[in-house]
Amino acid sequence: MNGALAPTPLRDPQARRRATGLLIGVVVLWPMLVLAEFRPAALFESGNLQVMKGFLASFMPPSTSADFLGLLLQATLQTLAIATAGIALSFLLAVPLALAVTHALSVSRIGPGRGRWWGEGVRVVVRMVMALLRAVPEVVWALVFVRALGLGPGAGVLALAITYGGMLGKVYAEILESGDTRPARALLEAGSGRLAALFYGLVPGAAQELASYTVYRWECAVRASVVMGFVGAGGLGQLMDQSMKMLNGGEASTILLMFLLLVMLADLLSAALRRLLG
Amino acid sequence: MNPADVSTAERARAAGPCLTCAGVSLLLVGSVVASFVYLGIDFAAMLSGESMRLMGKFIAEFFHPDLSAPFVAKAAWATLQTLAVSALGTLLAVAAGGVLALPASGRFGSALRQAARLLLNVLRSVPELVWAALMVLAVGLGPFAGVLALALHTTGVLGRLYAETLENAPPDPERALSDAGSSALPAFVYGSLPLIVPQCVAYALYRWEMNIRMAAVLGFVGAGGLGQMLYFHLSIFQQAQAATVLLAMLLLVFVVDILSSRFRRGLAPAYA
Repeated sequence: MNGALAPTPLRDPQARRRATGLLIGVVVLWPMLVLAEFRPAALFESGNLQVMKGFLASFMPPSTSADFLGLLLQATLQTLAIATAGIALSFLLAVPLALAVTHALSVSRIGPGRGRWWGEGVRVVVRMVMALLRAVPEVVWALVFVRALGLGPGAGVLALAITYGGMLGKVYAEILESGDTRPARALLEAGSGRLAALFYGLVPGAAQELASYTVYRWECAVRASVVMGFVGAGGLGQLMDQSMKMLNGGEASTILLMFLLLVMLADLLSAALRRLLG
Repeated sequence: MNPADVSTAERARAAGPCLTCAGVSLLLVGSVVASFVYLGIDFAAMLSGESMRLMGKFIAEFFHPDLSAPFVAKAAWATLQTLAVSALGTLLAVAAGGVLALPASGRFGSALRQAARLLLNVLRSVPELVWAALMVLAVGLGPFAGVLALALHTTGVLGRLYAETLENAPPDPERALSDAGSSALPAFVYGSLPLIVPQCVAYALYRWEMNIRMAAVLGFVGAGGLGQMLYFHLSIFQQAQAATVLLAMLLLVFVVDILSSRFRRGLAPAYA
């Protein structure tokens, strides 16, 4: 019995495939490392280490001088105001776009008739416009508007309005289509106008979802408006950019704490609002 | 409790004005108005003839992108750099997130679990752009700062997702192996790992897709790639060059969108 079972050498049946995979991985990874200028040693260069050490050491204690706290409060309020105003404008932009694009309010789809191709064409064009509005990240829009209009919250509000207008428009249209569209259809078939069909046929069923998504987007807008500040669009981000450029760690850590607090509060508020609506 | 009472009460409530709705609407309208007042944006000046003309000129200049061969080559190079930054950042985050997910899923006791979760939460709640600004200080200007920034933020995200996946995986295969006398590491590698790998790969690909978009933007604080080019050319008012970079960004985003929606069909659960 033990004669028959001579110890066969253990071989990995997939050895060749694994080796090929590894080789391809290295061949792909190498140019990436070169392209990304991957130098972990830079983390430990004495110059960089000194700067970072000094900066991090000054993080503690967070700055709490009265003037700075005043500035911080102003910047926080500005961030909230940018998010709220941006969402309000994007709502104004999104509603007509969504109404133009949604199939739930299409009269020509009900039956054969004139204007079917024309309506479909308009929808395709509006859909493309919304895709274009969404495709460029809000920070890029903010940077472009800062260059065009100058530093300040106006650029942030417009950037939010454009990007979130595209997003909200698309999602509103989808929400309206995904719900029960029969009431609206019945109204349209009975000859009602599109707006009446929207308000009496679609909105009652979809209102909660629409509102909840808008609130969620507001929460995202608070985060985005902090980030947009880094390119000069006002609010907490701009204050943070200034503190970092001056290597003022105490201020930077206070702003970071404020930022975390703000995001947490926006989370809580949006959850509470959505529960209220639910 | 008589059914008729309930229905009368309900009828009365339904017929009366909805106080909560009125209050919330009033609050919403009030906060929107307050926001516009607080910001004090001068929309009249913004929409005046003079500034509209300037804006129009500014926008018109974007419609003449610089398509000369050397500049397109430069933009293509920056696009490749953006891709490399996003891929490396995600790869590092997969490794670090995987390592942190083990304690965060409660494998080494609850003290380590809390500590790992706290670390992951902090990493996650600082946005990429803020990490990038910090990393530019730590390693100097250049794409490497972008790699580190993406890696730090994504570690927080992936670590948490991986920890949850690990917690949700059925423990039986690993238990069977260790009951049969296997030591802890092989039991994990052959018992639990094969169960969670597909999900983890799906999460990593999804984050990579988001990171490609993010990497294009990180350059604004000096972390290389397309963003740095855009920032540079917009700063010196070269709209033609900036338009080319914007086109490259759009192209990148669209291509990634198309590829990922192709890919996504097979990986549906990760997006639920």
